[in-house]
Amino acid sequence: MTVPSPRAPALCANHVSRVLPATVPVTLIDDVSLEFAPGSFTVITGPSGSGKSSLLYLLGLLDVPTRGEILIDGQSVSGRDSEARAAMRLRTFGFVFQFHFLLPEFSVLDNVMLPMRQLGTLSRAAMLERAHAILASLDMTSSANKRPDALSGGQRQRTAVARALANDPRFVLADEPTGALDTVNAAAVFAILRGLTTAGRTVIAVTHDMGLSATADRRIHIVDGRVVSDGAAA
Amino acid sequence: MMPLPLTIALAHLAARKRQTVVSVLGVVLGVGMFISVSGLMAGFQATFRGQLIDSNPHITVTDEIRQPPAQPLAMLHPDAAVHLSRVLPRDPVRGISGAGAIVDALSAMPGVVAAPVLRGQMILRRAGRDFAVSASGIDPAREKQVTTLEKDMVAGTLDALGTRSDGIIIGASLATKMGAVLGDTVAVSTIAGTGVALRIVGLFRTGMEAQDNALAYVSLARQQSLQGRPRVVNEIQVRLADISRSIPVAAMIEGRWGFKAAPWEETFERILEVFVLQNVIIYGSTGSILIVAAFGIFNIISTVVMEKGRDIAIMRAVGIPGHVVVTIFVVEGSVVGVLGLLGGWAAGALIALVLAHIPAPGATDPSQTLKVVQSAFTYGLASGIALLSAVAAAWLPARKAARTDPLAIIRGAA
Repeated sequence: MTVPSPRAPALCANHVSRVLPATVPVTLIDDVSLEFAPGSFTVITGPSGSGKSSLLYLLGLLDVPTRGEILIDGQSVSGRDSEARAAMRLRTFGFVFQFHFLLPEFSVLDNVMLPMRQLGTLSRAAMLERAHAILASLDMTSSANKRPDALSGGQRQRTAVARALANDPRFVLADEPTGALDTVNAAAVFAILRGLTTAGRTVIAVTHDMGLSATADRRIHIVDGRVVSDGAAA
Repeated sequence: MMPLPLTIALAHLAARKRQTVVSVLGVVLGVGMFISVSGLMAGFQATFRGQLIDSNPHITVTDEIRQPPAQPLAMLHPDAAVHLSRVLPRDPVRGISGAGAIVDALSAMPGVVAAPVLRGQMILRRAGRDFAVSASGIDPAREKQVTTLEKDMVAGTLDALGTRSDGIIIGASLATKMGAVLGDTVAVSTIAGTGVALRIVGLFRTGMEAQDNALAYVSLARQQSLQGRPRVVNEIQVRLADISRSIPVAAMIEGRWGFKAAPWEETFERILEVFVLQNVIIYGSTGSILIVAAFGIFNIISTVVMEKGRDIAIMRAVGIPGHVVVTIFVVEGSVVGVLGLLGGWAAGALIALVLAHIPAPGATDPSQTLKVVQSAFTYGLASGIALLSAVAAAWLPARKAARTDPLAIIRGAA
């Protein structure tokens, strides 16, 4: 069941399936078709093992569908090779995972600058300015030079969000971003994600937390790899 | 700004200081040993080669013909398949015909001096014991220009052969074995059946026992008389101001006079071959230390790759390409290799310096120390092997890192 978007879709899943090859093949995603409009905030919910994260990884080009295709601005992108998809992820997507995955030897600032340095389109001064601006928007300025092990769980996750925003991506995909946080920090991170849409970014988050999911524009519920409901979050 | 792979590589190494230092020390040890031991071996070879070349003629012309002369039948039918076997020389008398003229012609060339020699076997008899020697009949005035015999004299003089027709010069070691001293008389006989008593007018020591025990010198005229070969010379010794010209000059002599002219490279070919084998063994054994050091690098990079699975996963997830991940770990190995080779250069130079102050075993001069030759080639070779080993050792775990499936780690961490 697909809710027609009010604006032209920026990201689409077109009859996407993902089957793990095994003696008895395991179907993670089964013929899912979805469209995501620019500037929308969507949450994907569902029980454990329902395929929420698998769908997110397919949408974020981290995985390749067994059938169907992923389209960005109407262009099929899921058939591209690994390095081409990596280049597209670098420019177009920002990821936030349940575990922060920050590089422990690097400061908060260096972690945020990591994707910018790989992209290589900005000068060092411009990168620093941008990283500081992102950290300031997430109230992390005072922690810019700290290492991840000197941060609280909430600060680490905010740093992970900052890194996801480093290259000004069109899509921010978050996989259980509040799973390891207390309720206060979880609400704060969700508020940050919500706020990202004001800049026209498309935010898609996987969560178990039904309370937080109510803050989204749209909620997609998945069971056994199939979309069982798709509608306004409230 | 430092390139991203270098930044991450240095951060990884800095986070494992102890492991990094041990790996670097492995390379330092390998490069240092390679440089110092190779230098010691090169020093030994240079000394040995110097002694060998210095004390012997650079070109030896003998009364042999490399190629039999062209036969009239073959000359008549140059395009025919002519085979002549058992061709006997017209003149069975051995010797270099026109030796005097050849010596004069050679000595007239710039940077070339020549001396005639008649070689032949002799038996020296002293106190009822026989000693076989290879005797050379020489012209003392010319001989001192082509060999270091005069310099090697430890008793008597080379010129005494010119003033005493019954004089003989033998090696100091042989004299000791014979129980003879300068001025003693020894009975000499040759295969020509001649026998005569000669007086020891000189003793020499080259430092090479084989020569000191088996060579003897008499005047050319005396040797021709003893061997029953009047006016015959069977060898011309040639010395060059520039030893690197030995091969072309030898070729010129052969081409002009037809007699076999062997440059020192040919004369000492077997010894030079031993040097090559020696080098293979030395470079192989010291190079193996570098290979062992490479395992240290492999170990640290493999450990980092295992420990940094999450970092690699997030780098791949945010879009850092596989080749950059490979570069990170290859750079780590290279940094260890470069630090190791820089330290190895210093260690090698230091060990070489220490070795150069150790007295040379068996040296007649107590102030003589081990000779160590350090060359840019040795440093370059050690550096090349070290760097290649380091990169190869890092390459395998780096490839594994680049092939990491980020999803497997991200799902596992969730």
